[in-house]
Amino acid sequence: MTAPRVYQTEAIIIKRIKLGEADRILTLYTPELGKLKAVAKGTRRPQSKLGGHVELLTHSRLMLARGRNLDIITQAQTINNFLPIKDDLERISHGLYIAELVDSFTGEHIEDHRLFDLVLETLQQLSQAEDCEPILRYFELHLLDHLGYRPQLQQCTECNSILKPETNFFSPNHGGVLCHNCGFHEPAARPLSLNALKVLRLWQNCDYATSRRVKITPELGTELEQVMREHIKYLLEKQLKSTAWLDKLKREIQQT
Amino acid sequence: MSTNSVSTAEPIARLIEELNKLPGIGPKSAQRLTYYLLRAPANEVGALADAIKNLKEKLTLCSSCLNITDSDPCAICRDEERDRTKICIVEEPIDILPLERTKKYKGLYHVLHGVIAPTDGIGPDELKVKELLSRLNDGLVTEVILATNPNLEGEATAMYIQRLIAPLGIRVTRLARGLPYGGDLEYADDVTLSRALEGRQEM
Repeated sequence: MTAPRVYQTEAIIIKRIKLGEADRILTLYTPELGKLKAVAKGTRRPQSKLGGHVELLTHSRLMLARGRNLDIITQAQTINNFLPIKDDLERISHGLYIAELVDSFTGEHIEDHRLFDLVLETLQQLSQAEDCEPILRYFELHLLDHLGYRPQLQQCTECNSILKPETNFFSPNHGGVLCHNCGFHEPAARPLSLNALKVLRLWQNCDYATSRRVKITPELGTELEQVMREHIKYLLEKQLKSTAWLDKLKREIQQT
Repeated sequence: MSTNSVSTAEPIARLIEELNKLPGIGPKSAQRLTYYLLRAPANEVGALADAIKNLKEKLTLCSSCLNITDSDPCAICRDEERDRTKICIVEEPIDILPLERTKKYKGLYHVLHGVIAPTDGIGPDELKVKELLSRLNDGLVTEVILATNPNLEGEATAMYIQRLIAPLGIRVTRLARGLPYGGDLEYADDVTLSRALEGRQEM
């Protein structure tokens, strides 16, 4: 049986680049087909009927026609446009960071319903939350979980000893925590405060609603950000591009 | 192109190769254009060559608005008739053309040469934002109109610049976002329709 010429799918638009005069190549994240690229014709014209339905960080129902190379989007209807994200500079920036994470960590045509649901829920949380940082951390942790990079936070990854309630270490190339003794001699490891460890452990095993009950001080927030960022950088072997912008935005807010 | 090098003369092969680099020109179109030019009168070909040469040699960026120009300051910035209290911010030089076509806007422009695109590693430092802020320092400007594209990056850029300018006490406005003329309500997306509702006007 040959594959049908047209098919429908839900999708979150995570990336788009210009193509030719008025077209775009979109990167979609879908539940059944994983990540895929498709052409949206004419979307840069004001009268385009696809237009806003295929804008970045939009959850849409799409109809696609199989193309010779890339599939072509023929119809689009918004399911959720996440308007609160698009009305706020910080939320846009965080949303784009999430999109870049998904794009960097996923391969094309790998079905993953649970990851799709996680991304969707994360965007929903981002639309509602006052403080976006914990949502990013929660998403990072659970994204790694889904992909098989779950950081080991329960016991020392070197000597398997149970961690003492003190400052331990986190080492990206060990994929988790090191006890004080092992971490002390590991140059790539960074100190991990007891509070940071507790929060990471909690977030790793709870849902979004519970995760938001934790009160994070600015210092703890920065530490968690650094830990996760180093870990992700180690796994991807590159720094995500949008982190530079997130940092700049944060610096400028602190100045004002 | 190695296929050309055996059978075709070197100048022909070279032009084909150069034309082939242009957007929308494949190897076949490049060949057709080359052989057309070969048969065209010498003065016509010379005029084309000059035009291409001048493109890079004579053009610079206007020191004030950063539009592409052959004379600095550019024709718009030089024009005494124009309203110097208004600056309209656009992403690219090409965005000035449609705004000028309306004949409704008599102020000045400022070209950012891009848009904030975090996932491409482009932030305000890669754009002409600093130049904008130094232009606003003279106290002459009373209104800044943000005419970046109505998409995610355009909106983000507009919000960011608004945030930078707000402390200066200059009025910041954004081009209205709503339904396109000649469009169809049926196909409008929710963001556009929400904006159109928010921005509705008394008739």
